[in-house]
Amino acid sequence: MDWEIVIGLETHVQLSTASKIFSDSSTQYGALPNTQAGVVDMALPGTLPVMNRGAVERAIQFGLAVNATIAPVSVFARKNYFYPDLPKNYQISQFDLPILQGGSLTFFVGENETTVNLTRAHLEEDAGKSLHENFTGPHGESSTGIDLNRAGTPLLEIVTEPEMRSAAEAVAYARALHGLVVWLGICDGNMQEGSFRCDANVSVRRKGDTKLGTRTEIKNVNSFRFLERAILYEARRQIEVLEDGGTIVQETRLYDSDRDETRSMRTKEDAHDYRYFPDPDLPPLVVDSGWVDRVRANMPELPAARRGRFQTELGLTAYDAAQLTMQRSTADYFEEIVQHLPQGSAKPAANWVLGELAAALNRDDLDITQSPVSAQQMAALITRIVDGTISNKIARDVFAAMWEGEHNRDADAIIEARGLKQITDTKAIEAMVDQVLADHPAIVDEYRSGKDKAFNSLVGQVMRAARGKANPQQVTNILREKLDS
Amino acid sequence: MSITQQDVDRIARLASLELTSQQSESIQSDFSDILALIQQLQSVDTQGVEPMAHPLCGQQDVALRLRDDVARPAATTEQRDALMANAPATADGLFLVPTVIE
Amino acid sequence: MSDAPLHTQFNSIAQLREALVSRQVSAQELAQSALDAIQARADLNAFLHVDATLSLEQARDADRLLADGNAPALAGVPIGHKDLFVTQGWRTTAASKMLADYVSPFDATVVAQLRQAGAVSLGKLNCDEFGMGSSNEKSAFGPVKNPWNTATNPGGSSGGSAAAVAAGLLMGATATDTGGSIRRPAAMCGVSGIKPTYGTVSRYGVIANGSSLDQAGPIARSALDLLELLDPITAFDAADATSLEHCNGTPNQPGRVRHDFDRAVQAHQAAGSTPLKGLRIGVPDEFFSADIQPDVAATIDAALKQYESLGAERVRISLPRTSMSVPVYYVIGPAESSSNLSRFDGVRYGYRTAQYNDLDEMISRSRAEGFGSEVIRRIMVGTYVLSHGYYDAYYLQAQRLRRLIADDFRRALTEQCDVIMGPVAPTVAGDLGTEGSPTEEWTADIFTISANLAGLPAMSIPCGFASKRNLPVGLQLIGNYFCEGQLLAIAHAYQNVTDWHQRKPEQQ
Repeated sequence: MDWEIVIGLETHVQLSTASKIFSDSSTQYGALPNTQAGVVDMALPGTLPVMNRGAVERAIQFGLAVNATIAPVSVFARKNYFYPDLPKNYQISQFDLPILQGGSLTFFVGENETTVNLTRAHLEEDAGKSLHENFTGPHGESSTGIDLNRAGTPLLEIVTEPEMRSAAEAVAYARALHGLVVWLGICDGNMQEGSFRCDANVSVRRKGDTKLGTRTEIKNVNSFRFLERAILYEARRQIEVLEDGGTIVQETRLYDSDRDETRSMRTKEDAHDYRYFPDPDLPPLVVDSGWVDRVRANMPELPAARRGRFQTELGLTAYDAAQLTMQRSTADYFEEIVQHLPQGSAKPAANWVLGELAAALNRDDLDITQSPVSAQQMAALITRIVDGTISNKIARDVFAAMWEGEHNRDADAIIEARGLKQITDTKAIEAMVDQVLADHPAIVDEYRSGKDKAFNSLVGQVMRAARGKANPQQVTNILREKLDS
Repeated sequence: MSITQQDVDRIARLASLELTSQQSESIQSDFSDILALIQQLQSVDTQGVEPMAHPLCGQQDVALRLRDDVARPAATTEQRDALMANAPATADGLFLVPTVIE
Repeated sequence: MSDAPLHTQFNSIAQLREALVSRQVSAQELAQSALDAIQARADLNAFLHVDATLSLEQARDADRLLADGNAPALAGVPIGHKDLFVTQGWRTTAASKMLADYVSPFDATVVAQLRQAGAVSLGKLNCDEFGMGSSNEKSAFGPVKNPWNTATNPGGSSGGSAAAVAAGLLMGATATDTGGSIRRPAAMCGVSGIKPTYGTVSRYGVIANGSSLDQAGPIARSALDLLELLDPITAFDAADATSLEHCNGTPNQPGRVRHDFDRAVQAHQAAGSTPLKGLRIGVPDEFFSADIQPDVAATIDAALKQYESLGAERVRISLPRTSMSVPVYYVIGPAESSSNLSRFDGVRYGYRTAQYNDLDEMISRSRAEGFGSEVIRRIMVGTYVLSHGYYDAYYLQAQRLRRLIADDFRRALTEQCDVIMGPVAPTVAGDLGTEGSPTEEWTADIFTISANLAGLPAMSIPCGFASKRNLPVGLQLIGNYFCEGQLLAIAHAYQNVTDWHQRKPEQQ
């Protein structure tokens, strides 16, 4: 029986404003409990919300980046429900008229490029935090501590159409969205601190069915790895239930990373009657075309545009271009290298950034902005490969030395000090080739009897003799010449 | 017309009100008058009329005013405690509530 | 009477100011004598919290400024604040068990503005719980008594404010009006009150009832005194997103109302013996076809005749949706209130029940025990009309009708008349303890509600007495948007040639 998984993602992105969405309390992470919760955030009697321009501006930036429709007039609505981390016991959000509608995100799943459409995105306020550490209440009851520092942090809730068909696709979307909001500078992307939180709506149906199955919502997954595992588990669970003849209950579930399973949250039936109505404390938000134009004029070059430029101007493949534009800092680093290289050297630069550099950063758990080797230093190294001074293989050793800080990370100095210059002298290579041919007549015979693999073996021998420093292309040419003559 | 006991219970739950049976009965009986009153609204045809967002939106342009994104510095623990002075239960600068098991 | 406080020797705030500035009388003397009078009239139950130390401190500050010779406009004037305005120092209870011990860490903007103007606060005034009620019998701390007849109620919800002014305990008081809560008690207590245009006075620090309906305003003995108290608080407030920066192009700031008032009064004076010549007074048919008591109707009619003698012209108008205003109001008001009151859950402040087994119980029991029956009723109605399946039929429908009602008023005030007049209430003050059913009580607000729905400025001024017990009757004036100054001038013209506003309870 062929099943299809249908996934939609709702992502809560904390916007990188200095102050909260409806109050001037700071949004900085890590403050002492309730020291960043003013009278408005604590919902003391008589307090009122006042809207932060910075939150709206970031929403506009996002809208432009995904080609969404920016509503000229949007409305804030109260979402009413009781919860201790929600001080007013309603959340100010947007319901009927959100600030953004539509839009799409294009990204790679493995080698395949795909586009996911967005339904909408809207502004709302974040809730506080519950700390379940064994506190004792006034009657000796086991208690939870409520910290309202986070309450009122601006969120942009981004909702996709239920268009994704695999956990891998959902994760790729989430990564691309993450990359975009960090690229734009509207979110710091710190998932450990809760800046970027995904809820997955998962349902299954038999392949060919057009009707959507009942969905469940997996809430607040805070890593890409867990998102993938949670979706996989949930899809499998639903398929098992349906194959056993059961039905799926529409509910909210939490992912337990220790057990690698999703669990139903205890919710009451009517908990979902939020009684949305327009917030009478906030007149409608007007975003005129003048404002949108100003934001557009000040936007950084978007990942899509830069991807395009990398392909058309620098000749990179779509895949490489996409990889390099996952993070703005990576794209910047790459472009800086290219600026210091001769024309047409973008491909090696791309290979090195996505290959050796990425591996080293990963190994040492560093972000590219923390790379010990600067873009200029990389450019110097790559220049020596392009001009034939060293081979790619030798270059890896030089890079490793640069990484450790040898010789002030000067590629030339390292090459000089270790005597790594590639041998390009034709006569010298000829001499080595002659020596190898003389030393390995058996392999020569194998080659002459048609075994092409023998050729590579001979190349290997020459490279060994040269201690890796011969220009491999020259070796190949000279060897070919001598063998075929 | 009135509402059922079930309706009263449902609304009381939504509003987080644990009504005594007396309060509940009283509400139920009030509602028959109240519903008769507010149901009069149905007698008016409001086709094509925009709901009123802000009382003055018919009079002058009313748009949400925006505040510059400037943050106040974090409160000292003394200032924080002063804002929490009315709380029934606190510990370590946190508001305390009976634990919810999720 | 020997108990009469010092400030009652002055006929107006302006006169009192002269005496203060010339140091004939000191702010501290005034404050102390007001405190004594308040204590002597504790039977009225107008006050919920009095703190002599705090008041005398404010009076001392005022005296200092007066001695320096640069005292602000209201320096030393004794006022009080309705207990819906949060205040530092004094408790703010909203007349509810839910906030019985609550002390706000900040002052409402209106409170701060009046403090800045030098006024001295004598304490917090009783009202209906969370502003919900029409006779001040729904306070958790006992009803307020009407000084004209202590067996009757003072009207609500700002009953304490009106009673305190009527009894001469204060020169003026702040109040709030959501569906008539300034105008009705002013009328029942024979004093003057004004609800300004929505958005002209800050709501920051006013415990919210119906957010799109609430406006703060003063209660005092005359239109002239209302002006003194209204002008300093009519200003744009950045802390309130519904506060207006401009009123039809004019900046919303102190001076605006006074300027309009002065200009109107000048025009009246220039017109000699018929100061209001050319003024068209719209009298809605619907305000007289309801269940209005005949002697109340007669008193209103006499007032209108008085206006005609001043040169004004009576014009019959129709506000066809007047009766609809009650269901519209009692859908929108409770809907907004139900949400505004959700924050009262015993977590961060307020009443917490003694016994509970879990979080749900703690919250829902605290709320059911902390709120009075009228508050619970309105929360239930509000939750109901917003709930799934009912939103379109009730809330949305009400907001549409609201626009139609506002349009009716705008049409009348631009095409047919310059001001609308009529009764404030269908009856005079009722006996304490004789409230009708909830919907009967609600329907009594029929004349006042519309001004809140439309956001228009509206006033009540005393215009006579009615009923066997000779209880005060209030004349309602409703003006066009931002016409507070003109409205006060029109009221003042009447008070120039009548003395209803000068009558005092002990004379009856």
